[in-house]
Amino acid sequence: MPTLIDAAGPRADSWTRLEAADADALATAAAQAAPGADLLVTLDAWQSAPELLTGAARLGVLLEPDDPPEALTGAIDRLALVAVRFPSFTDGRGYSTARLLRERMGFMGELRAVGDVQRDQVFYLARCGFDSFELRDGEDAQAAVAALATFSESYQGAHDRGPLFERRFPQAARARKKAVVL
Amino acid sequence: MYRYDEIDQRLIDERVAQFRDQTRRFLAGELAEDDFRPLRLQNGLYLQRHAPMLRVAIPYGLLGSAQLRRLAHVARTYDRGYGHFSTRQNIQFNWPRLEDVPEILAQLAEVQLHAIQTSGNCIRNTTTDQFAGVAPDEIVDPLVWCELIRQWSTFHPEFAFLPRKFKIAVSGAEEDRAATLVHDIGLQARRAEDGTIGFRVIVGGGLGRTPMVGHVVRDFVAWPDLLNYLDAILRVYNRHGRRDNKYKARIKILVKDRTPEGFAAEVEAEWEHLKGGPGTVPAEEIERIASRFTRPAYRALPDDGIELSRDDRAGAASELAALLAPGEPGFARWAQRNVHPHRMAGYAAVTLSLKKTGVPPGDASADQLDAIADLAERYSFGELRVTHEQNLVLADVERAQLPALWRDARALGLATPNIGLLTDIIACPGGDYCALANAVSIPVAEAIQRRFDDLDYLHEIGELDLNISGCINACGHHHVGHIGILGVDKNGEEWYQVTIGGRQGNAAGIGRIIGPSFARDDVPDVVERLVRAYLDARDSDAERFVDVVARLGLAPFKEAVYAHAD
Repeated sequence: MPTLIDAAGPRADSWTRLEAADADALATAAAQAAPGADLLVTLDAWQSAPELLTGAARLGVLLEPDDPPEALTGAIDRLALVAVRFPSFTDGRGYSTARLLRERMGFMGELRAVGDVQRDQVFYLARCGFDSFELRDGEDAQAAVAALATFSESYQGAHDRGPLFERRFPQAARARKKAVVL
Repeated sequence: MYRYDEIDQRLIDERVAQFRDQTRRFLAGELAEDDFRPLRLQNGLYLQRHAPMLRVAIPYGLLGSAQLRRLAHVARTYDRGYGHFSTRQNIQFNWPRLEDVPEILAQLAEVQLHAIQTSGNCIRNTTTDQFAGVAPDEIVDPLVWCELIRQWSTFHPEFAFLPRKFKIAVSGAEEDRAATLVHDIGLQARRAEDGTIGFRVIVGGGLGRTPMVGHVVRDFVAWPDLLNYLDAILRVYNRHGRRDNKYKARIKILVKDRTPEGFAAEVEAEWEHLKGGPGTVPAEEIERIASRFTRPAYRALPDDGIELSRDDRAGAASELAALLAPGEPGFARWAQRNVHPHRMAGYAAVTLSLKKTGVPPGDASADQLDAIADLAERYSFGELRVTHEQNLVLADVERAQLPALWRDARALGLATPNIGLLTDIIACPGGDYCALANAVSIPVAEAIQRRFDDLDYLHEIGELDLNISGCINACGHHHVGHIGILGVDKNGEEWYQVTIGGRQGNAAGIGRIIGPSFARDDVPDVVERLVRAYLDARDSDAERFVDVVARLGLAPFKEAVYAHAD
């Protein structure tokens, strides 16, 4: 079983994942889900059959690496969870997906990395905006939580904090100007 | 060189701790090889034919003497007593034991060296002009910008798992000595009319399996926007670059598929969101980085009036010899090839050749590294640079000291007067070391060097870049050699394909294949015939080999090589 963690440690997963092959299967699965369940569905299901999901207490969408996060534009406030799948930890598209969701689209809900998620990636994932991690089978949950603090500083900005030069020169950051002659 | 502050040091120390734990888990069987591989690669560690290979970063090629001594120590203690300088201004050790690597990295961290992102599908070491800061034709000193990019790219959380490796080169001079046209991103620093520093941005160049010259995607990005613009390019690539086929995963393929204009438009659209945002660089940060670079305390020296940058290099060198080393045969020839102009009166830059016949190109022994550190301290403010042609440069030498430096370098086997000549061969480690190679490179380089061992003849031939790669990955940059030699596998045998007419620099171009490939033993003959055809055809000794290829095309060279074949 994969273990779900966040910065505080392992936690229970309240979400029911509906991964239906087509609309009929989705309807069946949605009907079978407990009333008032939290439902996590694929982008395709969410786009094609939103009416089937009205019974859910909360809704979440699972994005594949090639699903554009922009597809959720306009609906982001209705989603309590966005999960992004990493089919392999070396497929880095989900990092950009996360930053776009957080920094451009203003997603405030839970952002979860799922799939091939290991302790060696959680530091970067967290920087890009993920706040929960469904660790792959066999990964040590406590070690993964500890790995969130692998580095004590970062040069470049991301979701979690701005660039280091912003902390070095807070006044300059406030007075940011575009074209300065050096 | 750039001196770390407390934060820079802390980050590389934390990296050592992270890698120590990852290596421990791998050796304990807690981390599978497939999971460990990308992690060790991002720390420069390959598992090679005979043993691991560790690639240590030399950011933008700049080194201090204490760092060089530490590299010598690593070579002596953990390797077999030598190091290999690569075409990306890094140094490689071919025989460390995996279990020693965390300790090696800890020892390197003590002198502000690391192996971060020297391999793997991430942003690699940024490279630049070996004459940065001293070249008379410099418009903008690229070093500060290289360090800014180093910091931005180090542990970039969004771009650690790109479709493929990603290389950035920066040039700040009129002559492009950083090969910016054949990198994933090439940056050419320039000044706008109002004096604002900015960068022409070239994307999608590269060698390897599909060699291409890059395209200008933006003619000028003002410096405060540089990192935001780089983020925009990397984000478009990270999202849309191909991941289904590693041979089509470099950004050059994406640029080609989208067309350069289409790709540029996507980058512009992304940049619109990022421009003016938190990644905008404040002037204070540039001043801070600049202030952490050591700067040579130049003396006010008289101008000897000898213009080293003039076209007639031989003439300038003989004037220098007459002035500084009369009656010392050999000095003039060395001065002609290995001494370079400097923006300060009374100074010169000097290349120490790592291309002595019989020594693998780019190799230096631990004793040589220690001795070079001494030379750097004695003659060049304790600093040196690594060139992408796999030589070393002492950038700030007083002209009056040149004869003494020449004698010292000669005693160390580092004064071969062949910089820019046929025997200054760029070669990858090849099949003797590398698991990817189809064929050996080093013995081929040596055979060619032996054939052209006559210095008079070598100088008569003039400038000629000869580059050798042991496989299609092109680590030896064969595509941009005036003569390029590529090892290919034919039914399990080593064969060599020859290209001519490639070049680096402002007019970078990819060489063209002259015809069927050759057996290893025939390669020196083929080079000899190409050279003879060139000597027969040139207008004057000012017309270089590559100029004649441009003027006459392949035909006379094909004729010279293949016509006699039976």
